[in-house]
Amino acid sequence: MRFLTGRLAMASLVALAAGLGAAQAAQDDITVAMQLEPPHLDPTSAAAQAIDSVVYINIFEGLTRFMDDGSIVPALAKSWDISDDGLTYTFNLNQGVTFHDGTTFDAEDVKFSLDRARAEDSTNAQKALFAAIADVTVVDPMTVRLTLSEPNGNMLFNLAWGDAVIVAPESIDDIKTNPVGTGPYKFANWVQGDKIELMANDSYWGSAPAIKSATFKFISDPTAAFGAVMAEDVDVFTGYPAPENVPQFEADPRFQVLNVATEGETILSTNNKMPPLDNVKVRKAIAHAIDRQAIIDGAMFGMGTPIGTHFAPHHPDYVDLTGNSGYDPELSKKLLAEAGFPDGFTTTLKLPPPSYARRGGEIIAAQLRAVGIKTETSNLEWAQWLEQVFRGKDYGLTIVSHTEPFDIGIYARPDYYFQYDNPAFQELYAELNKTTDAAKRSEMLAELQTMISLDYVNGYLFQLATPTIAKAGVQGLWKNAPTAAVDLPAMSWAN
Amino acid sequence: MIRSRNLLIGGTLCLIVVTAALLSFVWTPYDISQMDIPNKLQKPSAAHWFGTDHFGRDIFSMIMIGARTSLAVAIVAVGIGMGLGVPLGLWAAANKGGWVDEIIMRGNDLIFAFPSLVIAILITAIMGASALNAIIAIGIFNIPVFARLTRSGALSLWEREFILAARVAGKSKPRISAEHILPNVANLLIVQGTIQFSLGILAEAGLSYVGLGAQPPTPSWGRMLADAQTMVSFAPHLALVPGLAIVTAVLGLNLLGDGLRDLLDPKIRVART
Repeated sequence: MRFLTGRLAMASLVALAAGLGAAQAAQDDITVAMQLEPPHLDPTSAAAQAIDSVVYINIFEGLTRFMDDGSIVPALAKSWDISDDGLTYTFNLNQGVTFHDGTTFDAEDVKFSLDRARAEDSTNAQKALFAAIADVTVVDPMTVRLTLSEPNGNMLFNLAWGDAVIVAPESIDDIKTNPVGTGPYKFANWVQGDKIELMANDSYWGSAPAIKSATFKFISDPTAAFGAVMAEDVDVFTGYPAPENVPQFEADPRFQVLNVATEGETILSTNNKMPPLDNVKVRKAIAHAIDRQAIIDGAMFGMGTPIGTHFAPHHPDYVDLTGNSGYDPELSKKLLAEAGFPDGFTTTLKLPPPSYARRGGEIIAAQLRAVGIKTETSNLEWAQWLEQVFRGKDYGLTIVSHTEPFDIGIYARPDYYFQYDNPAFQELYAELNKTTDAAKRSEMLAELQTMISLDYVNGYLFQLATPTIAKAGVQGLWKNAPTAAVDLPAMSWAN
Repeated sequence: MIRSRNLLIGGTLCLIVVTAALLSFVWTPYDISQMDIPNKLQKPSAAHWFGTDHFGRDIFSMIMIGARTSLAVAIVAVGIGMGLGVPLGLWAAANKGGWVDEIIMRGNDLIFAFPSLVIAILITAIMGASALNAIIAIGIFNIPVFARLTRSGALSLWEREFILAARVAGKSKPRISAEHILPNVANLLIVQGTIQFSLGILAEAGLSYVGLGAQPPTPSWGRMLADAQTMVSFAPHLALVPGLAIVTAVLGLNLLGDGLRDLLDPKIRVART
């Protein structure tokens, strides 16, 4: 027995010494938790945000990239020239770039990636980004030329998306399970249902990142998420799922809280083809029945900015149109009576899992009930929601956050799930895409925003803000989220 | 008069729950269909006895209406179980050893073999989440409980002289079952009924907790617990109150069941005196 305790004491001394040693060396690993696990790791063939969160900037890079303030900066393309007619983009690529498997990156890879993304049989989730590209030409190994069929003011922005990253033909077959890119981190390991590990890429072409190894943990349950952060099992939690816990983290000196403004316009999506929601007066009545601030306070515990149209308030071209749909239940009842529903009507409200939808749905149901509109609420899992609502268009109302940046273009697609079909909007949007003059674009964007606001296409609720909770020593976290990303190379530990 | 302490305590607890549920039809301190978000998450006070929830609704009012949900689900579920299980048990006992008996009892075994809450989740997942489907799911699992109990109670009765006399008198089996067997197994059924009733309340709370029971805005104790989950650390009353409500109802019913058994079972009554 004495022997055993002696051994134990020694072992704990050794452990203590090891712990001290580790504490003294600068920490160069990080554990980042998020709620959803990616279905696979190919950002060019799925819309799942979780994929971009893991691989964008870290494993895969595009010709251009987003910074956290939303600006577009060079990435694999060192510089570019745009012809005066706006139809030809010539990109000069960075020298000495290799993929993680050792193969060289050159113009052929760019051509391969872009042609693959815009091909007829492409499974890219954002094919519209590439619609304007007529041809991709390899000028020389370090120069590639894009020819557009019509001018597109968004081309550099489009190429910065996670869906437009550069992949290699040599490694494309296994991209979903073994992603090989040019980024500062290599894919190391994936334990399904638990974590993904990345290792720093020693032969990275750019400057070496401070963080040498990173683990992405997937914690879907909000209670477990709270426990993991409190116990310091994770260093960073992006998209923390329970806003009600944020004040506790704010009060705790061990943590820092960033209220990250996202591109997520959270809206009460409305099926514009389903009677009686096809009547603009009914949609207007719904808009005036909604008290946005109550939803922000009740569902999000105060996090989020009210919006009156489908546009991010932090965007310079945003127009505040919340006045078009101010909270006015009396006006709402009057409009319902005018539309022929003095006693209201019943419709469905189908809610996906996030708490903004579930809790927001309860609040909206109560607010609609107050003006006579009854809702049959059903709670759906994401797969069911995508099947029934997004693809099947079998719904009256739903609540969802549209997190793609600059996505007002979805209103120009009559087959999109809210089925808004307004030729005037479609024409103006097509016109906008051809316009490169900044002032003119602002003017057109204001008109587009106003158009959908006054057509009351959807109930515009608030711009989603998601808290990032991190240990106090973590630096370089994104304060805004122009796209889903965890920018590991920007991160480091204080001292 | 009431000698059993179990009966007294259990009866009182049940009475509180039933009174709250019945009273909620005509009166609650606050209207819970009105959300009062500026007043959310208030601690218990004179104005709100049990505090307010994350939507600013009065928790005392929600508990009252939640009692109604729980009782309604449990009553109907036990009703389904008794309404189908008892006749099946009587029928099986009347044809002991015959093919009817075999089919009924093996069918019961089949239902018994499944973990009930898991199947309840399956049923509500297929048919959609609602209080009605929860009732059906819980009710189905009450059928074999009552069928077995009735059959075993009835089997011994079929050997008794008064039944033989009834048969000699020319009464049909269904008539004997209804007139002589049923009244003699009623004690057993009442006691089992209270136990199943408490299990029904637990099952409803469990299904609502995972989001498959009563749907919003209908308050349910289980869903109140689920909603409170992420807020326990700073507003513990949100979970404590519905938790205690469930404990009260289940404990009350179990004690009541024990008390009734003591009261109704002739053997124990003899032993006591």
